[in-house]
Amino acid sequence: MRFTKIIERILVTLPIMLGVGIIVFLFMRLTPGDPVDIMMGQGGAVSQGEMAQLRHEFHLDEPIWSQLGYFLADLAHGDLGFSYVQKRPVTELIAERLPATVELAAGALLFALIVAVPIGIISAVRQNTAVDRASMAGAFVGISMPVFWLGIVLILLFSVRLHWLPVSGRVDYDVGLAERTGFYVLDSLLAGNMPALISSLKHLALPSITLGLGVAAIVARVLRSSMIEVLRADYVTLARAKGASEPLVILKHALRNALIPTITVVGLQVGVLLGGNMIVEAVFSWPGLGRLVVNAIFARDFPLIQGAVMVYALTFVMANLLVDILYTYLNPKITL
Amino acid sequence: MEQAAQITFQTWRYGWHIRLRLWGRNLRDFLAQLRRHPLPFLAGLIVIAYILAALLAPAITAHSPIKGNLRARFAPPAWEEGGSLTFPLGADDQGRDLLTRIIFGARVSLAVGLWSVGISVVVGTALGALAGYYRGHLDRYLSRFADLLMAFPFLIFAIGVMAFLGPGFTNLILALTFKGWVEFFRLARGEMMAEKAKEYVEAARVAGQHDLGIIVSEILPNITQSVFVLGTLRMGFFIVTEASLSFLGLGIQPPTPAWGSMVAAGRDYLLTAWWVSTFPGVAILLLVLAINVFGEGLRDILDPRLKIE
Repeated sequence: MRFTKIIERILVTLPIMLGVGIIVFLFMRLTPGDPVDIMMGQGGAVSQGEMAQLRHEFHLDEPIWSQLGYFLADLAHGDLGFSYVQKRPVTELIAERLPATVELAAGALLFALIVAVPIGIISAVRQNTAVDRASMAGAFVGISMPVFWLGIVLILLFSVRLHWLPVSGRVDYDVGLAERTGFYVLDSLLAGNMPALISSLKHLALPSITLGLGVAAIVARVLRSSMIEVLRADYVTLARAKGASEPLVILKHALRNALIPTITVVGLQVGVLLGGNMIVEAVFSWPGLGRLVVNAIFARDFPLIQGAVMVYALTFVMANLLVDILYTYLNPKITL
Repeated sequence: MEQAAQITFQTWRYGWHIRLRLWGRNLRDFLAQLRRHPLPFLAGLIVIAYILAALLAPAITAHSPIKGNLRARFAPPAWEEGGSLTFPLGADDQGRDLLTRIIFGARVSLAVGLWSVGISVVVGTALGALAGYYRGHLDRYLSRFADLLMAFPFLIFAIGVMAFLGPGFTNLILALTFKGWVEFFRLARGEMMAEKAKEYVEAARVAGQHDLGIIVSEILPNITQSVFVLGTLRMGFFIVTEASLSFLGLGIQPPTPAWGSMVAAGRDYLLTAWWVSTFPGVAILLLVLAINVFGEGLRDILDPRLKIE
């Protein structure tokens, strides 16, 4: 029964992805000039005949709905088009940068959870004490914090003043890390290269904190309020009455149930992680997807921008799909 | 005929008379309650201070926000060694007074915030009210479209739109409102559906009022509070988004002082002049924090049901 619900939920996602593709396509068509004009802007003089030839090759001489058809068909094959500026397929360019971005997002999420879960629990258990008030005030500041400025303040503090952590990049070049998976932490573990591991973790620290702090703030707030609700529930009173120790009551009986609504919020925060990713990568010169896109915008490399926006949107849709599925597993009361 | 029109007009005028008095009373109640919430009250004062600073910018600053004095290049803040009260927060790479530029920057942030929230509120609430009241095809298409827009992370969508439209104030407003109306649409639609089932709407219909009259003068006044609370909370978010776009170089272009691009400009001088990037960021944080505290206070006072996260 639950399995069919999950299949249903996946099927519902398909038209949304189709719609996302159409919106992105329409935006591309809104820009003045077609890809051939932009391409020629980069290259030398080309005759009208050659331009017409190119337009024909890219189907630009056909009606817009048939262009949309080609676009969506390519998309279904995982073909995001061709970057005229970099003279390479967009899929290739994005795939190259993806590990750096995923590593950063994972670091940020990990940081957010390590910080937010204990804070959420303690604030709920010690509700309305000084600890709770201070954490929630901190969370409020975290929510209002502009990500790019947080990054710069952290650089000023930890790199410029204290010289503890590097300002930019993913790893020091002198540690001799051979790239295998593109995830540098994983690569250095696989190679057993200790200096490289330390170096890549050091480089990862500030960007992860910058990107993760806002998420941590929101998760802490949500976890706190759902914990407070759960701690009042009958089964928690029952567990206590049966003589379960307080840590056991909190961690086993209460936390498990409080995590259910929190997971939905974490799923929504994936959107924040993806958006913030562009900014954090710009601040720390992190060579990931976000920097690729920002550079593409200044180079007016529209196929690349369009492909990357597609990837971001699809990741967001998939993340929410995953969260929904996880949610049904965790909470048998809820059906999708 | 003439007499009937006369009566309608009188009823209409009397209706507004009562409504205005009710609003007056609500406002007094609201202010009385606000005084019992010291933090949102303080936050409200900070927001008002920003608005006044933005409005009076040329009157309260002695320097030009655009033209610098190269002899004052990187003048440090007043309390640092070599600093002076001529440049209280120091000067930037072109010798422009940082405080002056921050005060003028408030104009950009507040204007972007007000315009984008304003347009989002009007468009979103109007469409949401119509969709929630009439349902049917209109509701189905609009809701689908709203769902589609929700599939894009906000900042990614805004960056994408700016990439295609190019930088500038108007495009910035467009980029923020393209997706910004959706939250208001959902709120108004939901509230409209809930309100429509209530007795006073039935009464108005029995009394012969048109659908549009019921929506505008019966139901909308009852949902303005929720919309107002959401609008306040979204305002802080839009201001941060504008600053982020300007930071990336996609929003307001230099030399116009915008906080985001000022932080970006100071990035090259972190080693020698930390203040250039730091203070514009403090200005953003303080304003957004104040707006959010005020917004949450408003929600607690006006509408404890509404929670967005």
